[in-house]
Amino acid sequence: MNLESFTIAMLNGLSYGLLLFMLSSGLTLIFSMMGVLNFAHASFYMVGAYIAYSTSQVIGFWWSLLVAPLLVFAMGAAFERFCLRKVHKFGHVPELLVTFGLSYLLLELVQLVWGRSAVNYVLPEGLQGPLFTVFGTNFPKSRAFIMFISLAMLAGIWLLLTRTRIGLVIQAALTHPETVEALGHNVPRVFMLVFGGGAALAGLAGVIGGNTFITEPAMAGSVGAIIFVVVVVGGMGSLSGAFLASLLIGLIQTFAVALDQSLMSLLAHFNYRVTPETFGYPLLKLTISQVAPILPFLFLVLILIFRPKGLLGTREG
Amino acid sequence: MATTPYYQFKPYNVGRWLLWTLYALLLIAAPLMFKSSLALTMLSQAGYLVIICLSYNILLGQGGMLSFGHAVYAGLGSFLAVHAMNLAGKGTFYIPLSLIPLVGGLSGLFFAVLFGYVTTKKAGTTFAMITLGVGELVFAMSLMFPEFFGGEGGITTNRAYGKPVFGISFGPQIQVYYLIAVYCFICTAAMFAFTRTPLGRILNAVRDNPERVEFIGYNTQRVRYYAFIIAGFFAGIGGGLAAINSEIVTAEVVSGVRSGSLLLFTFLGGATFFFGPIIGAGLLVVALILLSELSMAWLLYVGLIFLFMVMYAPGGIASLIMMNLRVAAFGKLRELWVGYLGLAVTAFTALTGAAAMVEMVYHLQLNAALGPELGFMGVRLNATNLNSWLGAGFVLATGLGLFELTRRQFLTQWSEVQDDIEKEIKRRELL
Repeated sequence: MNLESFTIAMLNGLSYGLLLFMLSSGLTLIFSMMGVLNFAHASFYMVGAYIAYSTSQVIGFWWSLLVAPLLVFAMGAAFERFCLRKVHKFGHVPELLVTFGLSYLLLELVQLVWGRSAVNYVLPEGLQGPLFTVFGTNFPKSRAFIMFISLAMLAGIWLLLTRTRIGLVIQAALTHPETVEALGHNVPRVFMLVFGGGAALAGLAGVIGGNTFITEPAMAGSVGAIIFVVVVVGGMGSLSGAFLASLLIGLIQTFAVALDQSLMSLLAHFNYRVTPETFGYPLLKLTISQVAPILPFLFLVLILIFRPKGLLGTREG
Repeated sequence: MATTPYYQFKPYNVGRWLLWTLYALLLIAAPLMFKSSLALTMLSQAGYLVIICLSYNILLGQGGMLSFGHAVYAGLGSFLAVHAMNLAGKGTFYIPLSLIPLVGGLSGLFFAVLFGYVTTKKAGTTFAMITLGVGELVFAMSLMFPEFFGGEGGITTNRAYGKPVFGISFGPQIQVYYLIAVYCFICTAAMFAFTRTPLGRILNAVRDNPERVEFIGYNTQRVRYYAFIIAGFFAGIGGGLAAINSEIVTAEVVSGVRSGSLLLFTFLGGATFFFGPIIGAGLLVVALILLSELSMAWLLYVGLIFLFMVMYAPGGIASLIMMNLRVAAFGKLRELWVGYLGLAVTAFTALTGAAAMVEMVYHLQLNAALGPELGFMGVRLNATNLNSWLGAGFVLATGLGLFELTRRQFLTQWSEVQDDIEKEIKRRELL
């Protein structure tokens, strides 16, 4: 691998990792606040992309960037208010189940409204084309835009959580909900806002991820499992852990796709020739780019064996 | 706690003998009552799905472990069973077909030992996510090793390989059904027996209060691990039977979609009672074969039912049955049947309206080439005509409004009946 493809893979990996962070940050916020693992989180990502696809045809992309997350926020908040709150008293497993049901429902609704095949959600003119060219390889503007939006969002969350009144209430409600309630804050409403906010972040990721990648009903499933890996690897409920894990997994996946080496070529370095008759040939001939889809999950298993609380997690269990 | 009001004959529990005999009779008699080949296919599928759903309930219902990857163990059981059948067919070694499900079971057990060690390290939400990850891992791998998993086309086999024993060649579907039925009965009995073992009991305790279990000296992680292995074993048996039944295994059997539907239907059937998953497996077969024929939007309906079930009846259908049995045992069901009738009629009205709208949207999406007209429950609807939409909307609104009214009425009635029953129980205790 030479320097220019390394640079480009690095940048692509970073932008993908930052997109993963936009998704996993909402998931982490919801989880650390309410103890609810939102199984439908990636579905909100998908819904955000589809809504932006529809609204961008009417009001243009830049307004959709604002409107679509707001609509997803309303959906998330309504779901929390009318469904999740009802099962809260039954415990965490039913809460997970109700979001699992929602993921089915959203997928079917999206297919009902927008059809079962991919929609043609294109980049706006301002984001088409390369931002710059390194040694003849392009780095697209849309990827840079993803990086910009997610870093802005990261700064925004940080400011909101540490510098505003509502942020301080949220932080306090994380650890001491009863005390916060006793001080006269409406904790259920804070929960509703946090759930809606997390969903809105996923929706925002959908708005910019949908046209950079592809907008189709399978997009929730493909990214959903990865963000759960991110959350576990980073440490349940740790926002900085989620950040680190998102970048790591984004980079691992992007670099793995670019690598064409296999165990066979490694052994060839040691003058050991592998033929189809060698024991374990199917395993030895697999290239790293072929195993790329399973790398995040292997990473998850390794982390669980060697560091069960996650990279930056604090709680065990 | 009130003592349970059923009769217990000693030394034999007659009620239990009666139930299990009925269950066996049902398994024997079902193909004699429904003779069509569709019915036989459905019954065979239901047979092995009962085993898989019950094994899933060892985790979900008895252990409180929400697994998103249970299809992995059933699916890998299927794959090893299919390879064993192919090897036996080639004459590499001899193994009778009736023992193939055990091959599936042992491979399910093996993989549960392997993966369970990682997954059962945690409980609750983290456990759910790890099972999801392991499930995705196996599914992604299945596409990576086409030599073992058969790639896109899957692996086919022929179940009628050996010489017929007592004239049974396992070629005809009816013989396969009875093989499945025998396994189904034995596995159901074994899993019920498991709930009565000390391990099964302590598993319930681990579900309810892991901290206390630790204090009385048990290692909760190990209890979960053992339960996971047992569940993997039974899932593998179910998978082996599935391979025998369909003679083809594709990578889809280990997919997250399959695991998801196991979870969905086990929960719908009822995870809090032992017999709940049996109902769930029946529903799963009906949904897969009949409902998917009937409507494109069947997953939407299933998802909606699931959502309402989680919110309003977390014990599933089994708990609804048991609640009404209790009411019936106290002779109060008569007071409620008008309410039930009202609920059913109004809910049906509302659902008809909603379903008409959903079907019209689907028709516009997928069958636009066939013209705007579609038949729905004997009525011709025109999906581009405003009248059809207004009609469906009106039916939906009326149904919903009336349903809400009857629901409130019913709720007061129901709580009155429950109060009466509580009083009756108190009164009997004093006697």
